[in-house]
Amino acid sequence: MRTFSLSLLATATIALAACASNPPPEPPPTPSASNTTTVTPPVQPPVQPPRVTPPPSGPLAGSKADFAVKATDRVYFDYDAYNLDSDDQRSLSSQIAWLKQFPSTRVEVQGHADERGTRDYNIALGERRAQSVKSFLVAQGIAENRIQTISFGKDKPLDPGHDEAAWSRNRNSYTNVIVEAIS
Amino acid sequence: MMTTKTAGGIVQFFNRLALGVLGAIALVSFAAQAPAHAQLRAQVVGEQYIPLRIAVPDFDGTGPNAAQIAQDISNVLRADLGSSAPFRVLDKTAFIEKDLDITLQPIFANWTVAGLETQALVVGNVVVNTANNAMTVQFRLWDVYGQKLQYEMGYEVPTPLNWRRLAHKVADDIFTQLTGDPGYFDSRVVFVSKTPGDEPFKGRLAIMDQDGANAEFLLSNYAAVINPRFSPTDQVVLYGAYIPDPRYPGATLLRTYLYDLATGRQEILAEGAGQLDFSARFSPDGKSIVFNRAERGNTDIYKIDLASRRLTRLTTDSSIDVSPSFSPDGTQIVFQSDRGGSKQLYIMNADGSRMSCPRGGSGDACRITFGEAGYSFTDPVWSPRGDWIAFSRQGGGQFVIGVIQKDGSGMRILTDGYQDESPTWSPNGRVIAFERTASRGAGPKIHSIDLTGRNERRLPTPRDATNPTWGPVLKMQ
Repeated sequence: MRTFSLSLLATATIALAACASNPPPEPPPTPSASNTTTVTPPVQPPVQPPRVTPPPSGPLAGSKADFAVKATDRVYFDYDAYNLDSDDQRSLSSQIAWLKQFPSTRVEVQGHADERGTRDYNIALGERRAQSVKSFLVAQGIAENRIQTISFGKDKPLDPGHDEAAWSRNRNSYTNVIVEAIS
Repeated sequence: MMTTKTAGGIVQFFNRLALGVLGAIALVSFAAQAPAHAQLRAQVVGEQYIPLRIAVPDFDGTGPNAAQIAQDISNVLRADLGSSAPFRVLDKTAFIEKDLDITLQPIFANWTVAGLETQALVVGNVVVNTANNAMTVQFRLWDVYGQKLQYEMGYEVPTPLNWRRLAHKVADDIFTQLTGDPGYFDSRVVFVSKTPGDEPFKGRLAIMDQDGANAEFLLSNYAAVINPRFSPTDQVVLYGAYIPDPRYPGATLLRTYLYDLATGRQEILAEGAGQLDFSARFSPDGKSIVFNRAERGNTDIYKIDLASRRLTRLTTDSSIDVSPSFSPDGTQIVFQSDRGGSKQLYIMNADGSRMSCPRGGSGDACRITFGEAGYSFTDPVWSPRGDWIAFSRQGGGQFVIGVIQKDGSGMRILTDGYQDESPTWSPNGRVIAFERTASRGAGPKIHSIDLTGRNERRLPTPRDATNPTWGPVLKMQ
C-alpha cells in the first residue's frame, strides 16, 4: 500500500532524481587512433587522412557539449510574453546552423517562466515560449519531428533569486540536446 | 443492529462499521438522539459568526490507559473546535465543575457564571475494555442556557490506536449540531512536500490529517509532482509528475496519474505526445475529469469521462484557458482566461451549450471578473457548497485569496499575503486552505482561513509545502 504499483514509474522517478539537476555533460572521450580510424570510410585508401579531427581539448563534434559551445542554447523573454525579438532570432540562428550540421540530432525545447504567476498559467506560458522557438526552428528548415517541447512553468528556475534580475533570467526557453550526433 | 444495552442512561444501538481507508479498524456507533426543537446554534450576523462559547472539560477515562487517551481525545477535540470560526473554546482552568459524570446532568449555574458564560457544554467519557479489546467514546452535548440535552453519541473501536479519528468524528458531530453544516475535521489534505535547499522543481506527494497530524509521504520515490487534486467523493488523487522520457534520456514528460490511496494502485491518464496535459480536476461525482491541454502554443480546456475515456474539447479560444473547476452540481465550469486581454475568471456550461452573459462574454463563456485597477484573477476553485468561487488575485505586487459568487457579485478578499495561491476548499465549503509564500524567497507553507476572512492559521507541515488539496470527509463503511 502507498507504494508504486507501476514499476515503470518507479524506475523513471529514480532516474528523474538523477537528472533533475542538469548535471554537466560527460567529458568527451579522448581522441585516439582507433577513434579517427572508425570515421574513415572503408572505401578510402588507408593512407587517406581522417576527414573529421576533433579538436584535442574541445567537445566532440555533434555532442551536447559541442552545442553548448557553438550555439546559444537559451533565449529570454519579456514579462508575460513569448515573442522572439531580433536577439533571440540571432541566438536561434546559431542553433539552426548546428542542427543543420548534425541532422541526426534531436532536441527538447524547454519553456520556463518566472515565479510571478500561478502554476497553471505559467505552464501554459512556458509551453507558448517553447512553441515559439520550435516554430522558428521549423520555419528555418529544421524538421519538426526532431524537436519536442516541454514546459516547466515557474517550477524549474534557472536563477534561484527573487528579484527582477533573477526573474528576467527565468523567463527563457532552453534547447536541450537529447540525441547527439554519432561521430 | 447487533445489540442494545443501557449504560449511563444512554440507550446505545450498535452498528458495526469499518473505516475503509484505515483498514482493519471497525467503528461502532451508538444512537444519536437529537431533539428536533429549538436547537442551540452558532449565530451568524451578516457574514460573520458570533463565536459560540463552548466548554469541553477533559473526558473521563475508565480502564487501562483510558485517562491518557481521554485526555488526548479531549485535546484534539478542543483543537478542532478551536481552529474553527464558529466556536470559542473556553479555557478549562476556569471551570468550576470538574470531573463531570456523563450520566449526570451538569449543574448549569456553574457554567453560566460571569466570565465563563458557557453556551454549549460537552461531557464525555472513554472506556477501555480489556475483555474485548474495545474502546468506547461517548459524549453528550448540553445547551447550557436552555438547560437541556441537545445531542448524544458514542463510538467504539476495537483498539485505542485510532483515537485521533474518534476525536475528529466527535468534533464533526458537534460542528454539525451547532452550525447546521457538515463537519470537516475527519478529513485529510494532500500536498506537495518541498525540502528547503532542494531544487524548487522537486516535490514529493504527501498527506496529512486536516490538522497537520500524521503527515507522511505517499510515494516512495523522490519526484517532481505538481497539482495534486483530491476526488470530492473518494480517497483518490489526481496529480501531475515530470518524469524522464523513456524514449529519450535527458528529456522530460509531464504525466497525469490517477492514484487510489486505499489500494496504492496508479494509472497513467495522460502523457504528452505532442501535447501537454496538466491541472486535472475531478467532476463533483468523481466520474470525469477536466484538465488543460497545451498544444502548438495554445492551452484549452478538455473533459474526459473516466469510464468511456471519451474526450471532449470545451474551449477553442486562441488565448490561454487554464485551471478549470466544476460547480458542485456539475453543470458549469469556472476557469481562467486571458481572452479579454488580461487574466480573468469565466464561467461556461459543462455541456458546451450557449449561455447569456449579462456582464460580458461571448455566449460560450461569461466573464465574472473585470480586472478593475489592473488586477488579474487566477486559480479559481468552486466551493463544494456552490455558493462561492475561491481565487488568487494578482496585482499591487501581491497575490491574495478571495471569493466571488458565480454571477460576479459579492467579491471579498480574505488574505493579505505576498503570494497566496492554489486555494482548496474544506469538504463543507467553510474553510479555504492555500499555499503561501510569505515574502520574497520565503519557503512556501500551507495556511487556512475561514470563508468569513477570520481565523487565518498555518497548517503545520514537516517541510515546505505547495499545492494543498483537501479531501472529502472519511467514510465509515
